[in-house]
Amino acid sequence: MNFWRVPLDAQDVSVARGIVHIIEDRCKGCGYCIAYCPKEVLAFSDRFNKKGYHPPYARRPEECVNCHYCEILCPEFAIFTELDPSCPQAKELESDKQPGQSN
Amino acid sequence: MTTKSNAQAIGEKQAQHPLDDLLRTDRIPHIWCPGCGIGTAFAATLTAIKDSGLDLGHTAMVSGIGCSGRGAGYAKLDSYHTTHGRAIPFATGLKLANPKLNVVVFSGDGDLFAIGGNHFIHAARRNMDLTVICVNNLNYGMTGGQVAATTPHLAKTTTTPVGNPESPFNLPLLAYASGATFIARWTIMHGRDMVESLTEALLHRGFSFVEILSPCPINYGRRNKEKPLETLKLYEEKSIIKNNANPLEITLDAEKGIVLGNFYKESRPSCIESYDRTCRPDFLEQSS
Ligand SMILES: Cc1ncc(C[n+]2csc(CCOP(=O)(O)OP(=O)(O)O)c2C)c(N)n1
Ligand code: SF4
Ligand code: SF4
Ligand code: SF4
Repeated sequence: MNFWRVPLDAQDVSVARGIVHIIEDRCKGCGYCIAYCPKEVLAFSDRFNKKGYHPPYARRPEECVNCHYCEILCPEFAIFTELDPSCPQAKELESDKQPGQSN
Repeated sequence: MTTKSNAQAIGEKQAQHPLDDLLRTDRIPHIWCPGCGIGTAFAATLTAIKDSGLDLGHTAMVSGIGCSGRGAGYAKLDSYHTTHGRAIPFATGLKLANPKLNVVVFSGDGDLFAIGGNHFIHAARRNMDLTVICVNNLNYGMTGGQVAATTPHLAKTTTTPVGNPESPFNLPLLAYASGATFIARWTIMHGRDMVESLTEALLHRGFSFVEILSPCPINYGRRNKEKPLETLKLYEEKSIIKNNANPLEITLDAEKGIVLGNFYKESRPSCIESYDRTCRPDFLEQSS
C-alpha cells in the first residue's frame, strides 16, 4: 500500500489475512465478488460447476484481508471467508482469550 | 463441491457457509436468476436476524407472491408464503395472536405496494409491530417484467414498451406519511450499512420499513439496457448517504441521485400497546 504520509504506527498495525471458501455448485457466475473484491483476489475459473457456470477461484489468496465483502455481496451463499489462524491478528485474538474460554 | 483456495484451510471438513444454520439448505441453490439481488437482500436479512440476537424460536418470516416472495420458503424459521399482497395482514394476525413473536415480512415492491398497498399504509398508520423488508427491483419480476407502482417514469417494461408514462411511488416517503416509525433505504451494494439498518429495524418496537434496491437483470435490466454489474455501478455512482434526511428530499432518481440512509425513527406506542391502554386498561393491570 502507498501512503501519502506513513502513519506513525505503521509498524504496529497488522492487516488481517483471510482464507477464501467457495461452494462451487451454489455459484451462478454473476461475477459480483470478482468485480468488487477490494484486493482483486478473485477471478473466474475455467472449470464448470454442476449447473454449467464458471465459479470464481482465489487467484491471489495471500492478498485476502478477510473483509467479508464477497461474502456479503454474493446472492448465492456461495463464497465466504474466515480469519487465517496463522496471521498476527488471529494470534492476538487468541492471546486475548481468558484462560478456560474456548471461543 | 467446495474448494479451499488456500492450502492452510482448517482440516478437511466440508466448509459451511456462516448462514447455513438459518437456511433450508436442501432448497439451495435458490430459484433467483444469476445476478438477481434478492439473494443478497435475503442474506443480509438473515445476518441481521442473527446479529439482533432475537430468539429464533420466536421469530417468524412471512412473504407474499413474487420472486422476492420466495424468501420465506428459504428461511429455517417458522415461515409462511401467503397469497399475493397479503403478507402484511397475515403477519398482523400472527402478531395479534401471539404478541411475543418477532414477525418479519420479506417481499417485493409489487406485492407490498400494488396489490398490497392498502395493507401497508394501514399497518404503518397503526404502528403495527412488524419489520417490513421490501426488495425493490422496479418491476414485477416473477410474471415477466410488467410495470409496477415503483417503475421509474419513462422506464421500459413489457407493459410500457415505449416508456412508463406514470410516476412511481417513493416508498420511504409513503411509509413516513403513513405513520411508520422506523424508515430506511439501502441497496444490495451497501452490505454493512444494510445489515446494521435491518438489525435496528428488527429491534425497533413498532412498524419498521426498510427498502432494499436490487437489480432484476432478467426483466428490468434487459429492457433498460442495464447489465447486472451496470446496475451495481449505477448504485455506486448515484448513491448519496444522508441519514436523518428530510423525507421530502429522499429522491430515487438517476439524475437527482439515489438517497440512502436510516431516515427516520420515532418512539410511539405500537398498535397492541395502544389498544390495550385505550380499550382494556384492566387487562394491562392484571397481566403486569
Ligand atoms: C391475486 C394475484 N394476482 C396476480 C398474480 C400474479 N403475480 C404474481 S407475482 C406478481 C408481482 C410480483 O412483483 P413483486 O412483488 O415486485 O416481486 P418480484 O417478482 O419483482 O420480486 C404478480 C402480479 C398473483 N399471483 N395473484
Ligand atoms: S474477504 Fe475481502 S479481500 Fe478477501 S476475497 Fe473477499 S472481498 Fe476479497
Ligand atoms: S458473487 Fe457468488 S454467485 Fe456471483 S460469481 Fe461470486 S460466488 Fe458466484
Ligand atoms: S426475474 Fe428478476 S427478480 Fe425474479 S429472480 Fe429473475 S432477476 Fe430476480
